[in-house]
Amino acid sequence: MPVTAFLTDSTLCIGCKACEVACKEWNQIGDDGLDWSGHSYDNTGAVGHSTWRHVKFVENAPEPGFGGNSELNSWTFSSDVCKHCENAGCLEACPTGAIVRTEFGGVFVQPDVCNGCGYCVVSCPFGVVEKNPDDGRAFKCTFCYDRQKANLVPACAKACPTESIKFGEIETLRAEAEARVEGLHRRGMEDANLYDPTETSVGGTHAFFIVRGDARAYNLPPKPEVPTIYLKKAWISSAVGAALLLGGTLAAFLADRPRRQR
Amino acid sequence: MNAARVQLPELETEQRLYEIRSQAEEQGKVKARGIRPSGAPFPVASVETGYYGIPLLKRPSWTWEIPLYFFVGGAAGASAVVGAIANYTGADRRLVRDARWIAAAGSIISPALLISDLGKPERFYNMLRVFKAQSPMSVGVWTLLGFSSGSVAAAFAGLLRERYGESLPIRVLENAGETASLLFGLPFSNYTGVLIGATAIPAWHENAGVLPLHFGMSGLASSVGLLELMGHRRSRALQMLGLGAAVFECWEGWLLESRKSTALEPLKRGASGGIIRIGGILSGPLPVVLRVASLVSGRHSTRLRKWAAMSAVAGSLLTRIGWLRAGHASAQDWRESLKIPH
Repeated sequence: MPVTAFLTDSTLCIGCKACEVACKEWNQIGDDGLDWSGHSYDNTGAVGHSTWRHVKFVENAPEPGFGGNSELNSWTFSSDVCKHCENAGCLEACPTGAIVRTEFGGVFVQPDVCNGCGYCVVSCPFGVVEKNPDDGRAFKCTFCYDRQKANLVPACAKACPTESIKFGEIETLRAEAEARVEGLHRRGMEDANLYDPTETSVGGTHAFFIVRGDARAYNLPPKPEVPTIYLKKAWISSAVGAALLLGGTLAAFLADRPRRQR
Repeated sequence: MNAARVQLPELETEQRLYEIRSQAEEQGKVKARGIRPSGAPFPVASVETGYYGIPLLKRPSWTWEIPLYFFVGGAAGASAVVGAIANYTGADRRLVRDARWIAAAGSIISPALLISDLGKPERFYNMLRVFKAQSPMSVGVWTLLGFSSGSVAAAFAGLLRERYGESLPIRVLENAGETASLLFGLPFSNYTGVLIGATAIPAWHENAGVLPLHFGMSGLASSVGLLELMGHRRSRALQMLGLGAAVFECWEGWLLESRKSTALEPLKRGASGGIIRIGGILSGPLPVVLRVASLVSGRHSTRLRKWAAMSAVAGSLLTRIGWLRAGHASAQDWRESLKIPH
């Protein structure tokens, strides 16, 4: 089985939300409310239990070369998705073993095992996985595990009309991403860059993004860390605490003994 | 579309829209997000504003059961240790028995709280499919299982012994249960600090090295407090333990207050900061003062200890509530996870 990945290229995205719709249709996810966000034209806001693909509307002030004029601001769109981390916080944290690594390299929540403890929710450095309050279990992008099993492309990549969402073997796609960024630079889009946090403890992802400018404007964290890196410090503190509790209690009761026996 | 889902415009929203429109007509400019009448600034996603200030991280999905569980578990774990040590050193039998009862009661309440917080409570047993050393939740579940079995067995054996007298099987059950509850009680009293310390929430993981110690001492303080409230107000050992835990909590509070980091703001500001501070005063300085006063004053000694005990128990509970609320506030802080200066 090939190890696969998504490459989402925001320079090609037209914000049509076909990926969101295709994802919802294929995976039969419920609606995420018909509410106005009050922020920009993005009324969905973020990926969540009922939104596994989410098109971000990164609105910029009018800027020459970026598009827009005095009346209309320029837009960049970027379809967000679960990053399927190499070292996944949710997977490490899951106490039931419901979250597993698939043969394609993706991170998959088995819905028949999850019991809704919610620990993955606080362990995801990208804020992707979320508990569905009606259902009780945690949900996120499955990397279309079922489709990949059947040699099909994930629904979002299949539906994307501009090939902004590319899907393929991970190393091929990485090379493609680098070539694309280089090409964009040559064409004067100096601020195009690849977001793939390989230097942090997350150790790279199976969903990387080509964005323009600082990735933070796309709600992509500059230094995502897998929470297991805090374990050592925390368990040492726990051991010290246990030793203090045992030693202190022993000392207190031993010190109290002679007086009582008198 | 489900008919019940169709929403009528709210009076309040319509009123606000009317105000915004009037303001736009008069001034050509409106100070509100997402509304852009002619001439108003665009909503902008940038390095300064993040993605419209929409938080990156998800808030914890845990409800009221979890802070209460942290409190109950901490008190129960420490009580098991106190009970076992008191027994080994030949302390007052009543103290041993009461400490065991707190541990046993906590052993039954804790899983009930945890299970009721699950999204699928009927699937709680899935926690027992695997043991994962890298998941504090998994380690905690197995610790709880060992602790509960031991504590309940010890309390049950104690009950049998009181009713039917000494016998070998009862003594074996009692000793085995007590040993198990001591061994599992030690990590059980403070692992909840590891549980929230090893997460993606900045206010929590910034304190990963402090939280288990803090929660463990808070658990000891509440255990001592509960025992004193059950009448053990003459035990010098409990007085020493309560004083020690309160002094430690003072130091912990000072450490927290003296550290400067934007990630720690939810621990100092807003509702969560207020609860943590009140909890800190009730856990640290106030019991220290009351306990020292009770040592000095002969006549009011036991009454002062009762107040110290109540203060410590309330402080311990408030501390856990405050820390969990701080996690919510920290997850909502969009600047922190994106490393945007405040």
